[in-house]
Amino acid sequence: MRSICFYFQVHQPFRLKTYRFFDMGVDHHYYDEFQNRTIVQRIAEKCYLQANEILLGLIKEHGKKFNIAFSISGLAIEQFEKYAPEVIDSFKTLAASGNVEFLTETYAHSLASMASKEEFKRQVGQHSKKIEELFGQKPVTFRNTELIYSDEIGDQVAEMGYETILTEGAKHVLGWKSPNYLYHHATNPKLKILLKNYLLSDDIAFRFSDQGWSEWPLTADKYTQWLNDIDKKQNVVNLFMDYETFGEHQWEDTGIFDFLAALPGKVLKETDFVFAKPKDVVSKTEAVGEVNIPNPISWADEERDLTAWLGNDMQDEAFEKLYSMEEKVRLCKDEKIQMDWNYLQASDHFYYMCTKWFSDGDVHRYFNPYPSPYEAFINYMNVLSDFMMQVEEKSKPIDFESIKDKAKEFTDAASEKVKDAGKKTKYKAEKKWDEVKDYSLDDIAKMSNAKVKKLIQSIDMEELTSVLKNATDEVRNKIIPNMTTTAKKQYDKMEAEIKKVKKSDLKEYKDKIEKELRNLWKK
Amino acid sequence: MKVLMFGWEFPPHITGGLGTACYGMTKGLLKQGAEVLFVVPKAYGDEDQQAVRMINASDVSVDIQDTEFKKFAKNLTYLEIGSNLVPYLDPEEFEKVMNETKTEREKRTKSIYAKKYEFSGKYGVDLMEEVSRFALVAGTIAAEYDFDVIHAHDWHTYYAGIAAQRVSGKPLVVHIHATEFDRTGEDVNTIVFDIEKTGMMAADRVIAVSNLTRNTVIERHGINPDKVFVVHNAIEPVEKPESINVKKVLKEKVVTFLGRITFQKGPEYFIEVAHKILQRDRNVRFVMAGSGDMLNKMIKRVAKLKIADRFHFTGFLKGEAVDRMFALSDVFVMPSVSEPFGLVPLEAMRTNVPVIVSRQSGVAEILKHAIIVDFWDVDGMADAIWGLIKYDAVSKMFIKYGKEEVDSLKWEYAAVKIMDVYRDAVNH
Repeated sequence: MRSICFYFQVHQPFRLKTYRFFDMGVDHHYYDEFQNRTIVQRIAEKCYLQANEILLGLIKEHGKKFNIAFSISGLAIEQFEKYAPEVIDSFKTLAASGNVEFLTETYAHSLASMASKEEFKRQVGQHSKKIEELFGQKPVTFRNTELIYSDEIGDQVAEMGYETILTEGAKHVLGWKSPNYLYHHATNPKLKILLKNYLLSDDIAFRFSDQGWSEWPLTADKYTQWLNDIDKKQNVVNLFMDYETFGEHQWEDTGIFDFLAALPGKVLKETDFVFAKPKDVVSKTEAVGEVNIPNPISWADEERDLTAWLGNDMQDEAFEKLYSMEEKVRLCKDEKIQMDWNYLQASDHFYYMCTKWFSDGDVHRYFNPYPSPYEAFINYMNVLSDFMMQVEEKSKPIDFESIKDKAKEFTDAASEKVKDAGKKTKYKAEKKWDEVKDYSLDDIAKMSNAKVKKLIQSIDMEELTSVLKNATDEVRNKIIPNMTTTAKKQYDKMEAEIKKVKKSDLKEYKDKIEKELRNLWKK
Repeated sequence: MKVLMFGWEFPPHITGGLGTACYGMTKGLLKQGAEVLFVVPKAYGDEDQQAVRMINASDVSVDIQDTEFKKFAKNLTYLEIGSNLVPYLDPEEFEKVMNETKTEREKRTKSIYAKKYEFSGKYGVDLMEEVSRFALVAGTIAAEYDFDVIHAHDWHTYYAGIAAQRVSGKPLVVHIHATEFDRTGEDVNTIVFDIEKTGMMAADRVIAVSNLTRNTVIERHGINPDKVFVVHNAIEPVEKPESINVKKVLKEKVVTFLGRITFQKGPEYFIEVAHKILQRDRNVRFVMAGSGDMLNKMIKRVAKLKIADRFHFTGFLKGEAVDRMFALSDVFVMPSVSEPFGLVPLEAMRTNVPVIVSRQSGVAEILKHAIIVDFWDVDGMADAIWGLIKYDAVSKMFIKYGKEEVDSLKWEYAAVKIMDVYRDAVNH
């Protein structure tokens, strides 16, 4: 029994908005929400949901003989969660079938493997965790961004505990070797390598709708025949492609969905192939030997190298400046910094800066939001410059002196506010008191001696004497002991002199004293 | 004095220095008591229009705020000739633009860094044919109107000037704002050079915008020095003081280049200077504002030097964005290889930005409160920038006196000199 490994790549970058020099230091939001939402929702509808539906049908129809693998980048997942949650649900349904293996990759679909071992590892960890959370399976197979691979990357991946890695199997990479076997790492036999059959993969991914192609139109019959033609000793055929092939790169009216729906049944009926998950292929198959890949390769362009992302001055400058921030970013606990750090690492930003002419550039130009690589570079650098300023600011070790000053400023401002508030309440309370309190002479009996003394000082002795003549004993007993000696003398004298007080006068004096009382309370 | 002027662009649609100069000059002349018959090429948008359209001076769409203009507008007659002619384009570029399909043109205007030229009419594709057609119409105008002197600005209108001169017998004054040598270096277009030369030879008087330009036309075009006069350009005072209130958010000092990114403007020297300074201090930012045929090359150079996190490109700026750019700048540099005059430094000074200009610019002849260096002197320019960003006292002084200096460069003073040239030509 031979195996076909069907693996589909799902990725969407967070595209940047037009970000100008004038925005630097002012605006820290870098993404074109509208464009990202529109694109993700369109592709969800045209591709992901439809293709998932077909695959689910195939799983139901063929059971254990039809298995597939996906790698969904962290950035794509985040955008589904944001803009098209039904896509996540649809993948969860597929996961529940048990016929789907989810691979792991760098969370940001980044080129971190070319820049930093630590960052590479961090992103793989973040992605693996996210996949396990969503789909309930811990990934055991790794695929790097754009299938980038070298012996060194293989070492790092093995060190992280993965047993299998996927990469490109083009002729000029492999030499005389066929991609249709299982291989292992140059020096570490534990790490198994699955190589993409680039002819059969690209027949679907790139040539399917090409009317100038001698094999057009491609049918499931024809394709099955090609599979049958493969030497019987060659036991693995790896068909790796972007998932967007279905419905987006190859539109629905090209018949791509019909092809996808028809192929498995045909293959299972007419050949000795089954559709297997990468991890099952590896456990069932013996590796035939090693592959040596000292220089990094990828699945892109004729050259199968990295020149689509790195190599021209603009790409190198942007890449170098981005990763110069790594240490500092690690010091930042800020969530937004961590998020931007992921989003800005997406390999797509570097792809947009590519200046060479390439055949599969057509695929990418379809998604390229910039009119030229120069504009892509300028826009990215403007964003990156602002990001770098943000990181500098937030990764600064805490300066206690300035914090002290800030704290003082803060408390001063706060206490000033409290003071103001206090004054206001006091004033309000007094006013209120003023309004409600009806002062009368009788209140004097309940006043403190100090207040009474003050009161005595502020009233005319003759008037007081007159009033006291008619006051209650309580009041008199409160006032008289509180008089100073001179006041007492005056009082005694007046007491003797004043025989009778006119009623009107008495009222006037009483009012006067009551007014004085009121003043006393106010103060 | 009645002047028949073949000019360029009137507000609000001004795309470059030539239009700004024509407008300022006309205002200055009106103030000096001249009457001006102003003729401009303008693409109407449909070729069936009559060849000449007279616009009421009161209908000329100038800024409504410009009360000064209104006061003198009664002495202005404004004529538009249906034509695609625009300044700043050489014959090859003109043809390229005219041959573009509609979609190409749309694509280009969509590109955020491309300068926008608008062509809506369908006149001649060939620039020379267009120049001749313009001259033909100019002759008709000359026969119909009454005037004392003819004044033509830059080579596109010289044939028009000559035609008017022949028809009317009135003296011709041609004004040199830039020569073909300034635009292209040594690799001149001989047809353009010939028109320049013919125009100046036929002219009774030639006005050059600087001594630099005067020398060029004497030495290169072989014009008789006795009839070449220098009138330096001036600048309109800002109407809205402190119009832009931009908060500087960047911690670093900002050094700015603003202009077309072409050979003439010396952008590569600016990049080398930036590189030099950034090697010593990373806390400076450089901005190259503008667009042009050398932009992509400059971007690549900046990436190559690995300074792209400190060297920024804004694309073509106009109107308020230019004011904002100045408001964010601490130093303005104009490293032009060849600049007949150079108005932008004056605009920078007007907005309180100290400037460094190359000795190879006309404006260097009149500025006292600016640093003047040779365009190729990268070290000297680096020193000057360093001084202005590091020693506050120097830049404060430049700002203070620079503003005063610019405010004294008024078009009405320049117009007095032009009037002298007119009188000289008429009475000769």
